[in-house]
Amino acid sequence: MNEAAVRIVVLAKQVPDTKNVTGEVMKPDGTLNRAALAAIFNPEDLNALEMALDLKDRYGGEVIVMTMGPPRAADILRDALCRGADRVILLSDRRFAGADTLATSYTLAQAIATHLSPFDLVVCGRQAIDGDTAQVPPQVAEKLGIPQVTYVIEAIEVKDGKMRLRRDLGRREEVVEAELPLLITVPRTANRPRWPNARRLLKYRHARCGFELEAEARRRRAEVHEVLADLKARGLYIETWGAEEIQADLARIGLGGSPTKVKKVDSVVLKGRSLRFFTPDDKGIKELVGELIEERTFG
Amino acid sequence: MTRHGEVWTFAEIEDGQIAGVSLELLGKGRELAQALGVPLAAVLIGHRIRSLADRLFAHGADIVYGADHECLAEYTTLPYARVLVNLVRERKPDIVLYGATPLGRDLAPRVASALKTGLTADCTDLQIGSYESGGRVYENKLLQIRPAWGGNIIATIVSPDHLPEMATVREGVMRVPDPVEGRNGTYIEVPVNPQPQDFKVRILESRTHPRRVDLRSAAIIVAGGYGMGSKENFRLVHELAGVLGAAVGASRAAVDAGFIHADHQIGQTGTTVRPKLYIACGISGAVQHRAGMEESAKILAINIDPEAPIFSVAHYGIVGDVREVIPRLIKALRGKL
Repeated sequence: MNEAAVRIVVLAKQVPDTKNVTGEVMKPDGTLNRAALAAIFNPEDLNALEMALDLKDRYGGEVIVMTMGPPRAADILRDALCRGADRVILLSDRRFAGADTLATSYTLAQAIATHLSPFDLVVCGRQAIDGDTAQVPPQVAEKLGIPQVTYVIEAIEVKDGKMRLRRDLGRREEVVEAELPLLITVPRTANRPRWPNARRLLKYRHARCGFELEAEARRRRAEVHEVLADLKARGLYIETWGAEEIQADLARIGLGGSPTKVKKVDSVVLKGRSLRFFTPDDKGIKELVGELIEERTFG
Repeated sequence: MTRHGEVWTFAEIEDGQIAGVSLELLGKGRELAQALGVPLAAVLIGHRIRSLADRLFAHGADIVYGADHECLAEYTTLPYARVLVNLVRERKPDIVLYGATPLGRDLAPRVASALKTGLTADCTDLQIGSYESGGRVYENKLLQIRPAWGGNIIATIVSPDHLPEMATVREGVMRVPDPVEGRNGTYIEVPVNPQPQDFKVRILESRTHPRRVDLRSAAIIVAGGYGMGSKENFRLVHELAGVLGAAVGASRAAVDAGFIHADHQIGQTGTTVRPKLYIACGISGAVQHRAGMEESAKILAINIDPEAPIFSVAHYGIVGDVREVIPRLIKALRGKL
């Protein structure tokens, strides 16, 4: 392995596709109707994965993708394998549920610290489209005691234990040099994520996580331990860790480990406004302009 | 529970001046401090910053905590976070507010994680109220109100058992309080002890480009969407804006399609605006876009689809082809204005 090789952990999230709502978001009882939304790979996490894979292409090394979520989040890990990830990990435990950003960052950082150290780089999408908070990555960096560089649009160079990066801060652009190990976050403008590779797709769509072993054993009419051994031997086992595997402090995970609580949730109700239509011809438009002038909307 | 801790706002410096959002925070911060009967303070970090404190006093700060050191001349996360974390531990404020700018969203979570306290991102409103859970009633809590799920829902978040309560606040949704020139306050110098391990990130180059457009102070905005059809047709939006002396805005779809630069984007990921008149041309009105413009005093929507959601927030509507309607509108305006 060459000296510059980078060991990278990508943190990803499965999210409801909030940009394509296909039904009522709220049920009549006021709870969220998750069924109205498809579950997808958080878009900017794909940009994070792309940046990691590109670094591996350039310098060699390893790309590990980890997600925290329910068992079905294994879907995005299969996708990550098909796109080129070397190793994937599912953090899933009922006790992780209800976590806010602080409890989530504790869980992710704990998994990295207990099993994935030493690493060079943690790469995250800028933010997830369900919460849009962008808080988890800096909180993971703080817990790991490493610096962070957010809004990275280009990984310019890795050299001598340091990395040069370009940041897009809206009105300002920066080039920074940061010491490794380091956490970075990546916005959608950074790159165009590669598609799943056809050959890898054929192989890795058969990857299974710990929660899927029993169903797989039934399908194959085999024992669970046999299926597990077979999946592992073929690189098709999605490592699955719960609170014990990462030696989590139970007081710091899930709902109980979350300082913030949701007091209430309201569906966005469109304000009923007195909407007046004007015809698209010269007459209608003249009327409209007259009205706007009368109301002193101009000037 | 009696409250003693102050309400703090983080004062961000942009181009050598206090950022607009930091002044907006002082308006809301004043309301919260008044409701709680505590002082309002601003935390100012940088180099040669003393003169900026007066602007914070004029806009309502009772106290300014100033951390002034040449190693803080440019923002990097770790040294700024250390100053704030130490100051919070020493002074124990009850509430700390940040602007939801790239800087605020980089700094606040780092601080919250170190303090092991709650943080709510991108709030559009803040109130003081009570929270009930498990038979216990918490009085005088900070109610942190924010859109979630791509703007499809509005959530009210509280942090019942942890102090300080922290939030980042979206730019442009709160009003800058009128300054009172000559208003004074207490300036408290904060000692700075730079730690070598905090300087692991160095800025090699920094380039600021001027804002292409100032959407937030525009009285009239003409915004175009994907429905404009092409970059060529988008010229009509510019033309209409020219006649009205208006600023040009755009939906994300128009930006993504390459019709116009992202600086013009209005909506949840762009700028939040509330002009006197907002003219939406060929914008369907996805919830993310509406979140950035629905507070406009008057909204005129022009769209070929009568079912477009933009009409649900509009005051005036024209159902028609933008390529025909806009030239007619320009003609009518030229005759009247």
